Amino acid sequence: MQDLGIDVLFKGTNGQRLLEGLWVSLRISLIAVAISLVLGTLVGILMTKKQPVIRILTRGYLEIVRFMPQMVLLFIVFFGSTRVFGWDLDAELAAVIVFSFWGVAEMADLTRGALISIPKHQYESAAALGLTGRQTYFLIVIPQTLRRLIPLSINLITRMIKTTSLVMMIGVVEVLKVGQQIIEANRTSSPNAAFGVYAAVFLLYFLACWPISLIAKHLEKRWAVA
Amino acid sequence: MNLEVVQSYLPLFGKALWLTFRIGWLGILLSFGIGFVTAIVRHYKVPVLRQLAGIYIELFRNTPLLVQLFFLYFGLPKLGLKLNAELCGILGLALLGGAYMAETFRSGLTTVEKTQIESAYSLGMSRWQVLRLVVLPEAVSVSIPGFTANVIFLLKETSVFSAISLMDLMFTAKDLIGLYYKTTECLTLLVIFYLIMLLPVSFLGSYLERRVRHAGFGD
Repeated sequence: MQDLGIDVLFKGTNGQRLLEGLWVSLRISLIAVAISLVLGTLVGILMTKKQPVIRILTRGYLEIVRFMPQMVLLFIVFFGSTRVFGWDLDAELAAVIVFSFWGVAEMADLTRGALISIPKHQYESAAALGLTGRQTYFLIVIPQTLRRLIPLSINLITRMIKTTSLVMMIGVVEVLKVGQQIIEANRTSSPNAAFGVYAAVFLLYFLACWPISLIAKHLEKRWAVA
Repeated sequence: MNLEVVQSYLPLFGKALWLTFRIGWLGILLSFGIGFVTAIVRHYKVPVLRQLAGIYIELFRNTPLLVQLFFLYFGLPKLGLKLNAELCGILGLALLGGAYMAETFRSGLTTVEKTQIESAYSLGMSRWQVLRLVVLPEAVSVSIPGFTANVIFLLKETSVFSAISLMDLMFTAKDLIGLYYKTTECLTLLVIFYLIMLLPVSFLGSYLERRVRHAGFGD
């Protein structure tokens, strides 16, 4: 049986370093998630308005995000904007900007979808019962929208965590980069480290995302609209 | 912005587009295959295979493609399984895509009304005929928007191939920026070439959606 290079993970502080690397990518995604959830909801509400200028702007924004790979956006912000405007941008900050830009659009689209899925008769029944506009919103529309929205936005969180693995490409030292460093450092003592380390990174991402997906799936089932 | 520079880069980007396109579509075709089989195994609750399919879907839906590629490209050779970069790209994309396609297709399968299946049986169709003539066409037509979204998602994901040294669009742009420092030109070309690749898919998707979507089956 060949050596699988798993022992490398337990040498010195290697395991701890990997976890710290994972935390770097989780931190970026959590900041971006927080920004996206708040701003995205607001933009999503804006998108349901029938004002033509707002419609064109939000539509254009959504299409840009839909068609551009996140990696291209990262390059545009990290290499392009610094070149054009001459400022100095930290790679982590660039990542937060890009993932928020992307996340806001995704969240806005989910919010819009959830809002327009509320059937018209709900509004009309509320009006017939004599509820005011604000009451209709807080008592009828928001509770129903949240039920549809929460599972979808939890799914968005896992997608954002997965996408932050890209920050390695603009030089942020996160879990994959740390893995590479560990492999390089142990090249002679355990030449098979690549297998063990990348398998561990694979597993770490899985352990970070899987519980969140399970929660989303569970809520989706529980709150399914008949 | 220097148009001469842009022009001299065009052939390189053209080549990269072709590579991205080739690997992307091969991966996507395979992912449809994997997705169909996995979804059917899960939907018809085939013992053992069903659990395996579940594990596969959860594993690949909850990890990033970049990590999967690193594992395939750098990790597996240590077990003696050497794959070249292109094959790794295709395989990685197919496995990731398969997990997504399976979920999309399975939710399509669950929307097929029971009355449709029962009517088909009462007309004397065999199990295989019911699957081929009733269940599959209905499920596919319902799943089309999901498939389109997945295809666009997968084509976008090809941008991480550069990490395993495949000369795709991203790699070419990064390489040229590093060599000649013409950042603006390269990034503009990059955006344009991704649009060339993705816009037709989006149009085709909405065309197909209109074409095969009927008012609802068995309502």
